[in-house]
Amino acid sequence: MSMLASLDVVVTDVVTVNSLIKRFHFARADGSPLPAFSGGAHIVIEMQDGDTIRRTPYSLMSSPLNTQDYQVSIRRDDEGRGGSLFMHNKVTKGMSMKIGYPANLFSLDKRAPKHLMFAGGIGITPFLAQIHQLIKTNGNFELHYSARNEELGAYSEELKQLLGHRLHVYYDDQDQRIDFDALLSSQPTGTHVYVCGPAPMIEHVIQRSAAHGWPDAHVHFEHFAKAPPGEAFTVELQTSNKKIEVGENQSMLEAMEAAGVDAPYLCRGGACGQCETNVLECDGNLQHEDHWLEDDERASGKKVMPCVSRFKGSRLVLDR
Amino acid sequence: MSQPDDSAILSRPRYGTLSPVEANFHVFVADDSGGETILSLAQSLPDDFFNNAEIIYVNTDSENNQSVIDGLEALGCPRLYIGPSIAAALPRLRTSLDRMRMGTQVYLSGSESLLGMATMTAMEAGLDHQALQTEHRGSLARRVQCVHCKGITENVTTQPADCDHCGLLLFVRDHYSRRAAAFQGVNINAEDPSDVPAKEEIYS
Amino acid sequence: MATSAKDLPFREETFRDDFTFKNSPETVLRAPFPFDKDSYMYAVNMELHRDGRPGTAYEAPIDVDEHYVSEMKDRALVLDEDPLRYQSLPHMTLAGWDTLELLMTCKAETYPEWFSLTRDGDNWHWVNRPMGIDQHFVFGDESTLPYAPLEYITRQAQGDFCVLDERDGNLWMDAGMVTTQADWSLDFDIGMNFFEWHAPVPLAHEKGIFKRALKYLLSIQQGNPARRLNWTMTVNPRLDTSPENYHIWGPENTHITPENVADKLFLRIELQSFWRLPRSNALLFPIRCYFLSMRDLSTVPKWATRMHRVLQTLPPEIASYKGLDNYREIAINWLSQFDDGKPTSEGPHPD
Ligand code: FES
Repeated sequence: MSMLASLDVVVTDVVTVNSLIKRFHFARADGSPLPAFSGGAHIVIEMQDGDTIRRTPYSLMSSPLNTQDYQVSIRRDDEGRGGSLFMHNKVTKGMSMKIGYPANLFSLDKRAPKHLMFAGGIGITPFLAQIHQLIKTNGNFELHYSARNEELGAYSEELKQLLGHRLHVYYDDQDQRIDFDALLSSQPTGTHVYVCGPAPMIEHVIQRSAAHGWPDAHVHFEHFAKAPPGEAFTVELQTSNKKIEVGENQSMLEAMEAAGVDAPYLCRGGACGQCETNVLECDGNLQHEDHWLEDDERASGKKVMPCVSRFKGSRLVLDR
Repeated sequence: MSQPDDSAILSRPRYGTLSPVEANFHVFVADDSGGETILSLAQSLPDDFFNNAEIIYVNTDSENNQSVIDGLEALGCPRLYIGPSIAAALPRLRTSLDRMRMGTQVYLSGSESLLGMATMTAMEAGLDHQALQTEHRGSLARRVQCVHCKGITENVTTQPADCDHCGLLLFVRDHYSRRAAAFQGVNINAEDPSDVPAKEEIYS
Repeated sequence: MATSAKDLPFREETFRDDFTFKNSPETVLRAPFPFDKDSYMYAVNMELHRDGRPGTAYEAPIDVDEHYVSEMKDRALVLDEDPLRYQSLPHMTLAGWDTLELLMTCKAETYPEWFSLTRDGDNWHWVNRPMGIDQHFVFGDESTLPYAPLEYITRQAQGDFCVLDERDGNLWMDAGMVTTQADWSLDFDIGMNFFEWHAPVPLAHEKGIFKRALKYLLSIQQGNPARRLNWTMTVNPRLDTSPENYHIWGPENTHITPENVADKLFLRIELQSFWRLPRSNALLFPIRCYFLSMRDLSTVPKWATRMHRVLQTLPPEIASYKGLDNYREIAINWLSQFDDGKPTSEGPHPD
């Protein structure tokens, strides 16, 4: 929701964590405290990249109680549309930026007697914030963290210091694997499981927990889709009475915003459902990239999530 | 992050048909004719299914339930409990659930009271309502909580109904609390207590 | 010239027994009149809750008016009689602290002459002058307050407060302070999800209204609260129209006559707002009640006219659900003297 209030911040530090990951620190531009937040929350960072404005969600990794310093860790993605490259190559200490208020689609269930966490690679970041929160509230948890190798296992040393036996680290190159079945069949009643990492890992945890009889409500995942680049296409917006061009490295949502159309969003990653838009006419193929729509909704051709999905064909008219 | 489903739209409970799912352990709770549900399910389940199961059966009508009890005993379930009332069976259910691991599926079959109170016990033990299945058998009698005095009246079969505790005449609303395992009862003639509507048997 | 509530003294008045409640003319004019058209249909019209115009109930994010001190006394009486009107499930304590922070900071910022908050890390000092409260406490440490944080702060804030936990794509009524409710029971509804606690509302489910409303509520972010208005009618300015006490106040519903309708029958407006809480990710849902007697309405010709037309055209099932059947006709007759049959101007505000 572009008319929503956002936060003016300055970049107070940029730290190289390893060959792929950089960490960015933000403070409020006027020096006042940033809002507290809940572990698992993300912020949408606004990037002025030439004449395009990109807005990309990143999980907050700093302690939710730290209102002086927001931190995000961003992995460089050479194939993406350029959000992470912009952050890696163009953002420097002292720069002024705009971010959205924290929003949480990966919240801890505060009723849980135990939290079982699975992190893969850069998927560690939301857990870092959650762990601070759980330590403060004496929560019961264990974290299983797998990374390609020691070098890419960001923050594993700090976590070892902080967590002791509650942390289990697995490195692919040393043939270490999380034993999901053993873990999912031995948890006390009421446990909640959380997974954030590469899509196959998320799918695996969803599938195995179902097989062991876990109710969906106890299985949480942070499933941000990336808006992929693709061929440019044209969209007609009926309510706004506009015809817009979606560029190769632009999402439909970004193109709407660039045209001054106020379109709702929350996650910008195909996960929250807020941007759901009715398709009025479609002569061609919708390329759904979200995790929100049900199969029958996709099959109907009547709905699309413009934050991540694209279109190939001759004519697309949206109710926006 | 799934969309809310339509079946959850009203607070009134909706009962279905039990159908065993993949799970690490299965708990069956039934009263009286609800026991027959377990027996008919058993016919299509693998022989060793009940090795990983527990059965809690409430028998309030010994004369008519003997064949059900014989049938349940014949299933060879190592953990079979047969008790005289719902109240007597609940502590057993709670103790069992407290010892279980995630991946337990609970199947309830029987009266509204049994379904409501066993649901309440399971939720207190930390089970999600998705881990519970319910099938209604036998009496339609309701448990009703009086919104005024908070007392719960069991086995309500009429509309309106008397509150067993404060004596007010209650309209039984289709508004159900899983936590109280009861429907809400609100005084029907508060505006004019001299107006006493006739009771109709509708929940028997 | 609009008058701000800040200029007004706090009234000494009652909301029970002798019902001495009264609005000053300024308070009538600043009420959030709920009808922007001459007819009414259930709808969930949300808008952003932002600094509204001066001289209205929207002026401050959390409004404090001349009834503040007396409303808080009435709340204390209700809680003495029935402590179940405040409840909080165990996982909601963090949301209670969030609520306390939000209400204290909002009030101290908007009404510095009445409230102040001084923070030194987690050591906080709260002063509420209208209620004579001066409290040092440690934020996050329940043992330093006389009540749990949610109960503590909502004993000092007008309106009911529901705290909704967000889980599983739904909202759960897991804590609240509800002593001025229009006929629903926190004790019964606690722990229910959004659809369950709205189950008794007629017509709206079929229209998918609640599905859309839930989606909107889930999108509410910190720093961007939203609001909507709801309404019903109440005989006597009784804040506590709880179902718990329906057998006590219910008979009053039959006491309206053509002679007393002007002063005994009230439009009861609910200003509902929705706030995302930071640490708990819960939603705070304050429901603030404003009373306008039929005579109060008649001081604003447009409002009296519109009230007349709304009551005339109200669908019968909504009138029954709101409990208006006993006196709707009497109110319509009394209000008809103000309705000249001409079109009214757009929007809810007085001309
Ligand atoms: S913005 Fe969340 S699904 Fe598109």
